[in-house]
Amino acid sequence: MSYTAWILITGSLVGISCGLVGVLLILRKMAMMADAISHTVLLGIVSAYLISSSLDGGSMLIGAMLAGLLTAWLVQWFESTGIHSDAAIGVVFTTLFAIGVILISTSVGNVHLDVNHALMGEISFIPWNTVDVPIAGSIPQATLLLMIITLLVIVVIALFYKEWKVTTFDPALAASLGIPVLLMHYVFMTLVSVTTVAAFDAVGAIMVVAMLITPAAAANLWTDKLITMFILSAAFGAFASCVGYGLAIWLDTSISGSMAFATGILFAISYLFGPKHGQLSKWFYKPGEI
Amino acid sequence: MTALTVKNLSSAYQKKIVLDSLTFSIEEGTLTGVVGPNGAGKSTMIKAILGLQPKMTGSIEFFNGKLKKLTNHLGYVPQRGAVDWDFPTNVLDVVTMGLYGQIGWFQYPGKKHRQLAFEALEKVNMAEYANRQISQLSGGQQQRVFLARALVQDADLYFMDEPFAGVDAKTEKTIIAVLKELKSKGKTVLVVHHDLQTVPAYFDHVLLLNKQLIAYGPTNETFTKSFLKKTYGGEIHWMGSDQFVESL
Repeated sequence: MSYTAWILITGSLVGISCGLVGVLLILRKMAMMADAISHTVLLGIVSAYLISSSLDGGSMLIGAMLAGLLTAWLVQWFESTGIHSDAAIGVVFTTLFAIGVILISTSVGNVHLDVNHALMGEISFIPWNTVDVPIAGSIPQATLLLMIITLLVIVVIALFYKEWKVTTFDPALAASLGIPVLLMHYVFMTLVSVTTVAAFDAVGAIMVVAMLITPAAAANLWTDKLITMFILSAAFGAFASCVGYGLAIWLDTSISGSMAFATGILFAISYLFGPKHGQLSKWFYKPGEI
Repeated sequence: MTALTVKNLSSAYQKKIVLDSLTFSIEEGTLTGVVGPNGAGKSTMIKAILGLQPKMTGSIEFFNGKLKKLTNHLGYVPQRGAVDWDFPTNVLDVVTMGLYGQIGWFQYPGKKHRQLAFEALEKVNMAEYANRQISQLSGGQQQRVFLARALVQDADLYFMDEPFAGVDAKTEKTIIAVLKELKSKGKTVLVVHHDLQTVPAYFDHVLLLNKQLIAYGPTNETFTKSFLKKTYGGEIHWMGSDQFVESL
């Protein structure tokens, strides 16, 4: 497959996986948590490297999962002792991220890991680092990882669809129905962590937040149905990735930056023209009419 | 049979005690109004009983501990403000959520479940709103959706947190009808309630709470001027009409 095709596929997979996870992030009002985890997975990746001295997908995923869970657990713990939620998130993620940065620049030194790459990603390198898999042949390593994670995200959301819905809408009811609300919370945090780390190589820690939040926020403006919101958000994410890539080639600029910018444009359009909650629709329809 | 036994229940937010060693037991088939001033710990008590709020001390027993699994036996109607009404879903879907405990893992709600949910909506006069987006409901309508969801749960013991707060007359009538129906089916219901005037008309038992348990028992023995004064301290005003107390 051509170089451009691999980049478009990789970008679309980032858009789909982040778009799906993003819907739950938005509805659970945890957008800030995505920001936090996208940074702290850096610590997970560096620690995994220090322990296993390899940069393969498996150890990176485990490291990221543990870092994500540590972040979620620490924030929860600080909150329970009376620290405000936003302050707890701010303190925890900057501290863990800082530890990651210190470890990178001291002990890991001249390895492939560098702060700039981790923050910004570099999707244009992805097609060159391939692995051979049966049937499919030679495919880029990062794309393979994204395929697995996207599939995982779809399966976990679909299998526990009603549990996600009720724990998000009304956790107290969910608890009284016997659904393990706290366990679901940590499963979700794990999902955010692995999605972030899979998208890391392509778009980096900062732009992954845009991919997680913006398509879902835009989808929320188009529909009042949860399932439609999931589908729209994934589609918006994939579409923005492809448009962003085209934009980057045209303007000869940062690919991950253009992708994030494209999600922003999509959101702006939705904000103005979204049929359900868009600003313009409020002029055309009276409340209750749609 | 005893539906609920609470022994020595205490709970705190940070280090501030909000519930101070409550002990009481509630008979099956009773309709109890939970009454007390703001900050008395009424909602906290319900949450602590349901395990939604950590307790410092105490034990809770449902139906003499005879239930192997509590799921599907406890129904909870939270305060309306406890959920985000902009959540992308419709009325029928919210009511169907009451059945999720019975549907089982990896299964989706089907036609049968939606039918049950629709019947519950009919009971609270909300059937015509089944496909309405929940953000487009009035406060009273939201409350009736929650009631329908509680009905569809078909639990044995219900906890309702201020269902009457800020609702219209139609909704109030519906809630009363639902409470009567639940009682006639032998269900046990605990309702956090604010309006003292209506307590004797709505409830056969009263639980007076102000961090500590002031009194619990049949309404005519418990809902008396002296117990109420003890509950509300100096805060209570009789607004010139104490007949509703004396008429008991």
